[in-house]
Amino acid sequence: MARKTYVAAIQEALAEEMRRDPRVFLMGEDVRIGVFPSTRGLHAEFGGKRVIDTPISELAVAGAGIGAAVNGLRPIVDLMFGTFLYLAFDQIANQAGAMRFMYGGQTNVPLVLMAQNGAGSSAGHHHSQAVHQFFMNMPQIKVIMPSTPTDGKGLLKSAIRDDNPVLFLHSLSLGGKRSDVPENEYLIPIGEADIKRAGSDVTICTVGPTVYTALGAAKTLSREGIEAEVIDLRSLSPWDKGAVLDSVAKTGRFVAVDESFPSCSAASEWAATVAEAVFSQLKAPVQRVTNKDVPMPFSPALEKAVLPGEADVIAAVHKTMAYS
Amino acid sequence: MHHQDIAVDVVLDIYQRILRIRRFEEAVGLLFRQGQLPGFVHLYIGEEAVAAGVCAALTDEDTIISTHRGHGHVIAKGGDIKRMMAELFGKATGYCKGKGGSMHIADFDIGMLGAIGIVGGGLPIAVGAGLSAWYSNSNRVSVCFFGDGAANEGSFHESLNLASTLALPVIFVCENNQYGEFTPAQNAMNITDIADRAAGYGIPGLVADGADAFEIYRVTAAAVERARAGAGPTLIEAKTHRRGGHAEGEEAFLAGQTYRDEAETAEAQAKDPLLLLHNYVSENKILPANQLETLDSNITQAVAEAVEAARNSPDPALESLFEDLWL
Repeated sequence: MARKTYVAAIQEALAEEMRRDPRVFLMGEDVRIGVFPSTRGLHAEFGGKRVIDTPISELAVAGAGIGAAVNGLRPIVDLMFGTFLYLAFDQIANQAGAMRFMYGGQTNVPLVLMAQNGAGSSAGHHHSQAVHQFFMNMPQIKVIMPSTPTDGKGLLKSAIRDDNPVLFLHSLSLGGKRSDVPENEYLIPIGEADIKRAGSDVTICTVGPTVYTALGAAKTLSREGIEAEVIDLRSLSPWDKGAVLDSVAKTGRFVAVDESFPSCSAASEWAATVAEAVFSQLKAPVQRVTNKDVPMPFSPALEKAVLPGEADVIAAVHKTMAYS
Repeated sequence: MHHQDIAVDVVLDIYQRILRIRRFEEAVGLLFRQGQLPGFVHLYIGEEAVAAGVCAALTDEDTIISTHRGHGHVIAKGGDIKRMMAELFGKATGYCKGKGGSMHIADFDIGMLGAIGIVGGGLPIAVGAGLSAWYSNSNRVSVCFFGDGAANEGSFHESLNLASTLALPVIFVCENNQYGEFTPAQNAMNITDIADRAAGYGIPGLVADGADAFEIYRVTAAAVERARAGAGPTLIEAKTHRRGGHAEGEEAFLAGQTYRDEAETAEAQAKDPLLLLHNYVSENKILPANQLETLDSNITQAVAEAVEAARNSPDPALESLFEDLWL
């Protein structure tokens, strides 16, 4: 085990998979230089045919990934920012997810789309939105959003080996985070949650950077004598309903923490699922902690106020504790 | 129209592809009017020489991507009309087990990588098919059929530029049938020839007569050669006409209004590709009249059998909704 940064773990996953399978290649704007350092250095090892710099044409590049995937390759398309996925929406929503079903099983689309998701670098609305909830709403697109270097590496490797379209969302705010990354090869299955903190009083379900927000809140709550269980879903589609429902069966309280705008957020889906499935075991109404319902602001002070913060999580937990 | 540089068996091959498309589409039109087909159908009648001329210049390994008006492309590439007709009926025996329908027919075994119902949606995928050939050092060429309407989509511009910058073996075949749904193409762009747009991407752009299957075959063969040589993509604009409407039953949308230019309708009739080729083959005695008739009646019979088989096929089982999902 060595402690590695998120960026280094992603870089390792890409390089290992490209070494393992000649069908795997990477394309996108500036993947050679590596605007986000996770693709840096790959061009030197693999050359221009496997690390392809493309024009800034998200729609065409995503579609080209699909076309290459249905012809037997395993493309990784780096679209850079989550918000840029909007420019490629047709190819993702109308084509990638639907093709296998729509063509009666004649083909499959082993494609990985990569993008940085969400806020934290004060980049304003066009570079700071979290977009994962849109893709959870699309049939047959897998969505993963690991929060630690260890999970990032294992899940990205699984995504590259997956025979279906997978959206891999990482976060600039996590790039420098470190965790123990095993020296030996390992995979983390898509769709499996990880309990990042065990607790008996309330279940806090979250994903991506807000895992750290939830853990911070849990630490404060613990000092008050409230033990929160923090579930890091890691995968959003499919997501680990079993782990969440088991936890709620134990705690009887549920708080969903999600960096989405509130309507139809990922948190909405988790909360509805819990309310439907284990209503009789709930001691309090489910709570959602999401972004404020406004566009992403630039000012660091305002950006912080839009995002779910530790105080918001603590307040939501207190609400659930008021019913006892 | 002449075939001096084209072998007789290729002429007959093209003729058969056109005839098969025409008889299939006539049957589909009739079935739709009789209320026997669900959904929408967009017929290819009048444009057959484009698909036939292009596909005759391809090998079985080459791939095509098609549009909402895609039946002709599937047939021209060698698709099975029985499985096509069953798909149009939404039956379990269809190409896509009834999950795709008229606008989503595919046959991956013959390099028909799918019809795409979104205007312009197929171009990026065709670039990816070309990219896979380039990546694997294969000789394969990727063809993308699309209409004049798609030439105004962002995907057209992104795709031509991407294919050009990577010098990919892609042939962009624009079927300019003069209308985007009910809007004349000339009202939707300020140029006469879509082929001119190729210059903006540093690739050759050619205008071809979409009623002349030999000319389409010739320009495609040249574009294929260029693509296989690694010289990159070509844009071919085939000037063509649809004999029918945008979609069958469009009268319901038009509510008494009209949009076709009379001169254009007359030209469409005069430049009917089947009529032109039939006359050419007859006048040049390429095949005797009785053999042409036999050919026609065999195809008509095969289409009738496809309709009968489709009608008698079972609906998809409801369980099939949960098949062909994630592997």
